Amino acid sequence: MNRESFRRGIHDGIPIGLGYLAVAFSFGMLAAAGGLSVGQATLLSLLNLTSAGQAAGLNLIIAGSSYLEMALTQLTINLRYCLMSFSVSQKLERDIAPWHRYLVAYGITDEIFGVTASQKGKVSPWYTYGVMAMAVPGWTLGTALGAVSGSLLPSFMTSALGIALYGMFVAVIIPPARENRAVLAVVLGAMAMSTLFRVIPPLKQVSAGFVIIIVTVATAGIAAAVCPVAGENGKTAGEEEQE
Amino acid sequence: MSHNVYLYILVMAGVTYLIRMLPLALVKKEITSPFLLSFLYYVPYACLAAMTFPAILFSTSYVASAVIGFAAALLLAFRNKSLVTVAVFACGAVFAAERVIELLM
Repeated sequence: MNRESFRRGIHDGIPIGLGYLAVAFSFGMLAAAGGLSVGQATLLSLLNLTSAGQAAGLNLIIAGSSYLEMALTQLTINLRYCLMSFSVSQKLERDIAPWHRYLVAYGITDEIFGVTASQKGKVSPWYTYGVMAMAVPGWTLGTALGAVSGSLLPSFMTSALGIALYGMFVAVIIPPARENRAVLAVVLGAMAMSTLFRVIPPLKQVSAGFVIIIVTVATAGIAAAVCPVAGENGKTAGEEEQE
Repeated sequence: MSHNVYLYILVMAGVTYLIRMLPLALVKKEITSPFLLSFLYYVPYACLAAMTFPAILFSTSYVASAVIGFAAALLLAFRNKSLVTVAVFACGAVFAAERVIELLM
């Protein structure tokens, strides 16, 4: 049974691993451009396994921010994993040994959570391990390859690849923003507010990590107060009533 | 870089792992606070949007090429294309735009 779950996980993990390989490549390149060694960039990806958190963290490393700012930024950006772990804690088979929970926790990413949560009924931890067996090497190897080629590629190539990670973020936020007005308002509000922090002289003093924290907590907090989400499916209360 | 890179990496990894691990290890019942659930639901969109704009405008050699790459990403994302497709075509748009810009200059 474990073997079958593991095999199914590998199967579902293949597209995730390939996607991670491509995206991590651009992260590795940015890391190398920022002054990290290939080993440091690879270690960072292996230990963190998260795109948005790593992108923000890399900026803070390059800027030489404080460790406290780093910790708070990671806390805010990766807070969503907390919700996902809550969800997975309900989803996992009941009678598993505690160490499985500690190992599954390492693999909670948007995509791995996505396939795990979409399984019918209770999930064996071996399913998640199967997905991780594809996703973690894809992410780590992609970073290493990107970091190596970052120093080899000519500058006109690296300039174009610099937008890759942001392109991926756009692909994550736009489809739900199209469907859901509250998400659209959050996206536009957050972009406008972070622009203000970039252009208004006194606000410019605030460092990059704190801007992300302030903007995220403010816009998500206002949206949660004004437009609470009704159910696990992420529909707003308004939409629920319309149905 | 005045700080130690490995220490930064450990701080990042430690915080991130604790966020993932604590709910799995400690919580056996579901969270029910509508505000907290809603807040956590909106957090990824808020933080990714804040990280993307205006930073995306300065992610390439020219602001003009970044604007074109951003526009390409928005267009494809609007049509529900996959993450990798959007990222690859945004890079392609930037690459093409920069060749044109350099021809004109």
